[in-house]
Amino acid sequence: MTVDEETLTITCTVNGEAVRDVVPVRRSLVDWVRHDLGLTGSHVGCEHGVCGACHVQVDGRVVRGCLMLAVQADGARVETVEGATRSGRVAVLQDCFFERAALQCGFCTPGILLQAAELLEHTPAPDRAEIRAALSGNICRCTGYQAIVEAVEEAAGRLRA
Amino acid sequence: MTSAPETTAPIGMIRTDTPAIGRSMPRAETRRLLAGRGRYVDDGAPRGCLHAAFLRSPFAHARFTIADTSTAAGLSGVVAVLTAADLAPVCRPWQCRSGAFPGLVSPVQRALADGRVAFQGEPVAMVVAESRARAEDALDLIAVDWEELPAVASLAAALSAEALTHPELADNVAWRTEFGSADFDAVFAGADFVVEERFAFERKTGVSLEPRGVLAEFDPAEGLLDVRISHQMPHQLQLHIAEQLDLPIGRVRVACGDVGGGFGIKMHVYPDELATCAAAKLLGRPVKFVADRIEALATDIHAREHQVDARMAVDGEGRILGFDIHDVQGLGAYSVFPRSSTTEAMSVLRAMGGPYRFEAYRARLECLLQNKSLTGQYRSVGHPIACAVTERLVDLAAARRGEDPLAFRRRNLLPVEAMPWTNPAGGRMFELSHHACLDAMIGLVDLDAKREEVRAGRAAGRLLGLGFASFVEFTATGSQAYGAAGVKVAAGDTVVASLEPSGSVRAQASASEIGQGVRQALAQVLADGVGLDPSNVRVETGDTRTAPHGGGAWASRGAAIAGEAAWRAGRRLRGEILAAVAALVQAKPADLDIRAGEVVEVATGTPRMTLADLADLVLFRSHELPAGVRPQFTVAEQYHRDDDPFLPTNGIQAAMVEIDRATGFVRLLGHWVVEDCGRIINPLLVDEQIRGGVVQGIGEALYEACRYDAAGQFTSGTLADYLVPMAGDLPEIAIGHVETPYSGSSVGAKGAGEAGTCGAPAAILNAVNDALAPHGASLAALPIKPVSVLRALGDLGAGEAP
Ligand code: FES
Ligand code: FES
Repeated sequence: MTVDEETLTITCTVNGEAVRDVVPVRRSLVDWVRHDLGLTGSHVGCEHGVCGACHVQVDGRVVRGCLMLAVQADGARVETVEGATRSGRVAVLQDCFFERAALQCGFCTPGILLQAAELLEHTPAPDRAEIRAALSGNICRCTGYQAIVEAVEEAAGRLRA
Repeated sequence: MTSAPETTAPIGMIRTDTPAIGRSMPRAETRRLLAGRGRYVDDGAPRGCLHAAFLRSPFAHARFTIADTSTAAGLSGVVAVLTAADLAPVCRPWQCRSGAFPGLVSPVQRALADGRVAFQGEPVAMVVAESRARAEDALDLIAVDWEELPAVASLAAALSAEALTHPELADNVAWRTEFGSADFDAVFAGADFVVEERFAFERKTGVSLEPRGVLAEFDPAEGLLDVRISHQMPHQLQLHIAEQLDLPIGRVRVACGDVGGGFGIKMHVYPDELATCAAAKLLGRPVKFVADRIEALATDIHAREHQVDARMAVDGEGRILGFDIHDVQGLGAYSVFPRSSTTEAMSVLRAMGGPYRFEAYRARLECLLQNKSLTGQYRSVGHPIACAVTERLVDLAAARRGEDPLAFRRRNLLPVEAMPWTNPAGGRMFELSHHACLDAMIGLVDLDAKREEVRAGRAAGRLLGLGFASFVEFTATGSQAYGAAGVKVAAGDTVVASLEPSGSVRAQASASEIGQGVRQALAQVLADGVGLDPSNVRVETGDTRTAPHGGGAWASRGAAIAGEAAWRAGRRLRGEILAAVAALVQAKPADLDIRAGEVVEVATGTPRMTLADLADLVLFRSHELPAGVRPQFTVAEQYHRDDDPFLPTNGIQAAMVEIDRATGFVRLLGHWVVEDCGRIINPLLVDEQIRGGVVQGIGEALYEACRYDAAGQFTSGTLADYLVPMAGDLPEIAIGHVETPYSGSSVGAKGAGEAGTCGAPAAILNAVNDALAPHGASLAALPIKPVSVLRALGDLGAGEAP
């Protein structure tokens, strides 16, 4: 790290593990998890809060990792797609995305999975319009979204069954 | 017609009941992407990796001198501040040239501008530092003296030549051409009527969600430049890096990991990417550059800036006689290297009138230089413009005759019996299925019901419209296009396949995976070619160190060209396997077959030997083989077509829209596509290619625009200014197919990746005009903005703000 970079020490849990790190105060949360912790499943598509590729979960809520500073995660519980995968929390969604070919390049996918999981937690039986509305903060440039909507719908059904 | 995935069988499970070609299968590798284990360029960096940031021109056109870099260089963490003079010894300038466009005017370009910039965002200096943030800090400390020059932004300004894009030139014309049929004037003079319209298309860009990015590492001891990059064609780039950096091609490795979308953006030589390679060579340390979103929007190639004056002549029986088109293209500051920006306009001219029979054609083209970002080959290159122009003229003609637009189309669509045929625009048409697609579309839409819905809605005061667009998309371009023009673009592809221990097959292909699923498609073709399940075939792509030289991903070529190479490689491997087993079990090869990874007797199906046992024997116990039996378990096939410069594909799209009278917003109520891409290797993936393509076409029709002000300032630099379609904006997209396999290849596949983008803007333009027609209004400019809808309806005066 550059010598005159202003830093702070933060402590938090990331994917269930305690982490203590000295971070530049201007580093975004998504850059920190990606480049300092090596959790590269969260992506950076715009850095201005429009695309949702940078989604991570902080204290149980999905946030834009590009609009939050790493230092703001001090004391927080952070979960990325890697953690959600390991815990199995998004496994049914992942199965349905896989089967329905709901991803092409995959760059948007981790952000969308976390957003869809949050939707299904509070709305177990969303209709297609509700799914589209819930994903209105995620850009997918490849699929045209329909396969994603159908995969989320299918996952909701399997989770209710 | 959604293609549901046919199998949810876990990877590795053997299916023997159906051939793999034609089977809907998920892509095995997406499991990795779903788990957040993708490997995009920015996901890794070697120890000691440095980060580059670029000082970019704030002006569209200016002279400059860099007055001071020492302050920036003195900032802690900064390793180098580089300018044109620093890079000149390691990176040659380049210039776009093409035998297809003799006399093309496009000045020399450099990795960093030297004394003058010709578009906003052009890189003028580069900082290499320990972090991207620190490199950006240093950019602010570089002192530059700018002398702003008059800039050329709009097409009108470019035509007037009051200001010049490049001061040393006489005007702003990069290239012009004119051609037509000998009897053009006579045919138009004899027409019953002529419809005409002026069309305007705004610039747009590809917006791959992963921006362009490159990581370059130079090993001076070996003289080897290692480049990891998000790119569609590693081999083409390897060649150009070698040429520009003066390295033997074998000393340049280009490797593409996962690529977060391409769409034609990631297939050119970009100054910032070459500068990054040059800096790595100069400094002997790894250097990474990843474009941020404003850099991507401002400097990725743009496309589709055209003004088209078009006319169509019709006879007394309602038959199309000919087209007359005058296209003015906004090309940007330079013609993009190596493929040229002019290609897009030529594609417009070639695709005009594509689906129809006609006698006469005249085309005039001016490609204009402007102080704006370069333009290039974005998805469905030029076709959507030709399609929108053609299909709008067709609707105007049908309306003039008081006729159903589908009846007019049915009369004029090129019938099966009239092919093969080279039309007056130079398009060679064969094996197309226009009428079958039209019939299928009517069923898919449930047209009578939809028309009744429109009628009833209109009676209730709603502004509803239905629009249609037939289209031809030229795919899988052969070397006649670039190679013949002296442009080094590989139009053939190679597949190298090996039988591995355990009896699985591994292949290296020169095609590129950019999310479209080509590796899955090739695995399915190889599986059938050899005779095993696709889950036991692994296809690798994207690394010039291992993959043979070839085309990569462009012009929807994966299935049509690499697919055929894969088939042929698979058949050859199968032949080697059968010959070896025949020698071992004393049978004739013709009496044996390979089914589900096992060599069996054709007649009885009796198993003779599994591929796993055979591979074990040949690879590990070759001394047990009979003398002289030396099976070749690695085979290669290189494939290109002998003729047919393009494979034409066809289809028809329909769109239903509603206009909100109060706001002018267009809401999409439904979208339908019937298309014919020849043999379908994987219906699930083809349908998703089409949906994704349609949605980019919807963006083109309604939302997306790269805007510049009169001074050439780019005003669409964020995704809040440049709007792409979001989930909530979109209708359900229904897809149907007609399958007319290409008879010139064994697999019979044609291109599928661009058909959606080709026809969607035209269908929506026609649907909006159908909704406006009862109100005496019409539109001919894309994207269709709410304010233009309100103006067309007379609800907003010309100068009035909404
Ligand atoms: S990167 Fe955070 S919203 Fe796009
Ligand atoms: S799959 Fe490429 S952006 Fe969504």
